[in-house]
Amino acid sequence: MRIVCNGKAREVADGLTLGALVDSLGQGREGVAAAVNSAIVRRADWDATALRDGDEVEVFSMVAGG
Amino acid sequence: MDNLVLAGVELPSRLILGTGKYASGEQLKQAVAASGAAVVTMAIKRVDTEGHRDDIVGPLRELGVRLMPNTSGARDAREAVFAARLSREALGTDWIKVEVHPGQKYLLPDPIATYEASRELVRDGFKVFAYCGADPELCRALEEVGVAAVMPLGSPIGSARGLETRGMLSIIIEQSHVPVVVDAGIGAPSEAAAALEMGAAALMVNTAVAAAGDPVAMARAFCLAAEAGRTAYEAGLASRAATARATSPMERFLEEAMK
Amino acid sequence: MSFFDEISKVDVDSFRALVDSRTDRDVDRALARCGQRMELPDFAALISEPARVHYLKEMATLSMQLTRRRFGRAVNMYLPLYLSNLCTNRCAYCGFSSANKFRRTVLTLDEVRDECEAIKAMGYENILLVSGESERRAGMPYFREVMPLVKRYAAYLQVEVQPLSAEDYAELKGLGLDAVCVYQETYHPGCYRENHLSGRKADMRWRMETPDRAGQAGLDKVGLAALLGLYDPRVDLMALAAHVLYMRDHYPKVRLAISFPRLRPAAGAYEPRYPVGDAKLVQVITAWRIFDNELDLTISTREGAEFRDLIIPLGVTGVSAGSSTEPGGYAHHGENLEQWAVNDSRGVDEVCAALRLNGLDPVFHDASTTYFRAV
Repeated sequence: MRIVCNGKAREVADGLTLGALVDSLGQGREGVAAAVNSAIVRRADWDATALRDGDEVEVFSMVAGG
Repeated sequence: MDNLVLAGVELPSRLILGTGKYASGEQLKQAVAASGAAVVTMAIKRVDTEGHRDDIVGPLRELGVRLMPNTSGARDAREAVFAARLSREALGTDWIKVEVHPGQKYLLPDPIATYEASRELVRDGFKVFAYCGADPELCRALEEVGVAAVMPLGSPIGSARGLETRGMLSIIIEQSHVPVVVDAGIGAPSEAAAALEMGAAALMVNTAVAAAGDPVAMARAFCLAAEAGRTAYEAGLASRAATARATSPMERFLEEAMK
Repeated sequence: MSFFDEISKVDVDSFRALVDSRTDRDVDRALARCGQRMELPDFAALISEPARVHYLKEMATLSMQLTRRRFGRAVNMYLPLYLSNLCTNRCAYCGFSSANKFRRTVLTLDEVRDECEAIKAMGYENILLVSGESERRAGMPYFREVMPLVKRYAAYLQVEVQPLSAEDYAELKGLGLDAVCVYQETYHPGCYRENHLSGRKADMRWRMETPDRAGQAGLDKVGLAALLGLYDPRVDLMALAAHVLYMRDHYPKVRLAISFPRLRPAAGAYEPRYPVGDAKLVQVITAWRIFDNELDLTISTREGAEFRDLIIPLGVTGVSAGSSTEPGGYAHHGENLEQWAVNDSRGVDEVCAALRLNGLDPVFHDASTTYFRAV
């Protein structure tokens, strides 16, 4: 299926979970947050959240700055 | 020296360090350690899916410092609220430094966006630390909506112009019932000491350390300055010593004498 | 031209109108000039009624801050040592007036020594020698002997005796004299004449020029005062302020002290015609501190304990405690009359404890005054 992750279109496996998507980014989970279609998903729910075709996913991490 | 208490948490240092502009994560870690800071702030950004992430969270957690996310990058209240909620998820803390500075030249905080975001986030259970202009009335309004602390600026971010807003800061410190954390524009340890001598609860510094010739040494200098400033404040500066305040019998006498 | 010459050109009664005409704006202006040189109109504003009614708290706070900034928390402790109660003057208000009948005495050197031992035991290092005015029995020959004797016990030596010549002051300075206190009592010629009926003190010029002579002799400090209650305080305080300005201009190296003797009943049952109340006294103390930040302001045991504790933190820098105003009063309680009644009868330890409770530091030896002095 096709999703958009951080503004970039991606082809991913059907039923990919949010947790798996985040892991695939190689940033770990510590200090990371994610939102699907502008709704923040709690980390505890990532592995139970199956992404759907056309979902817009934003993954954030804590960085130096501000 | 008595301890700083922010949002009900007792902290051993009155220095808060920002994490931006360091040459490397390692240098940042050393500077934070040298400064003795108990709280560091950091931003939340979209992950660069192609790039390498210099993880700061892990190393800083190892130091045992408290991590406080900020909403820098938000252009309005809505974005600031969103950034705050993301950060709560990312770090598992309800502390948030609300900073909304859309103007790119001076990075001055938008008072209305700051107020609106703070109000909403307080309702959402956050401990809000509001970065704002040195405006006593704004600080009073922020206090009324329930922020944990106000963070009025000394001068524009990164300007190293020191406590330009000293006059207003003094009023804010006098009138505030929540801790006042002087933030932005501090360029030298002497200015940090000055802010604490004035009675600020804490101060925040970033550029002055990160952009110094030797950031780790400068961090240590700020650590000493914070200690000096607070100790001086508690010792009671000679010009404002306790004996310069009227005793109650004297107050009563003067009241009568003025009739 | 001495100060007497200058003030004689003025009708001092005109000071009354100057004080009475001051408004809130004048007080504002005066307070704004604090730290710069203040002039007589400024002092007039500070002692005016508008100042008392609208600015007293502000003046009190300012006075405290100025004092702490300039003097820290130090309060200098001094003690009067009465050498004699013999006096050839007849001053209407004074217990020692030659008109009053009681046993007169001048302490012998042995008796002076006994007093000094007792005073030393109290911890004092700053002694104010006081005598009635008697050139014959307590004049220069007497002082020539007493001065070096007392100097062995006192690091700082002051006298409140009859006015002496500049040469005499210079000689006594060589024997250890540091300061002279000479209270003009009143600057109003008519009132002065009425109250100083006979004796050398009747010579108003001689008395008023004493600070000039002390300055010429190069003494460290001169203490001035008007006797509050003798004449209209508006007049006398203004004249005293003029005297302070004069001394600052002509003898800039001389330190100045102001005292606040308030007329109290004496042996002759003298009723002050212009009594100065507590509120006014407080205002006056703060006014002096604001008018001239450097002045030493002293309060004696003429004032009661409670009142002293209240006013000392306001700006007072010199205090006596455990005082006796009769000759021989320390070594053994004298049977003679006091010059005036002591109202704060607390011992020195008790007064020091009260000072400390108020955040002040009683200082017995002011090292800064003796550093360069040859022993």
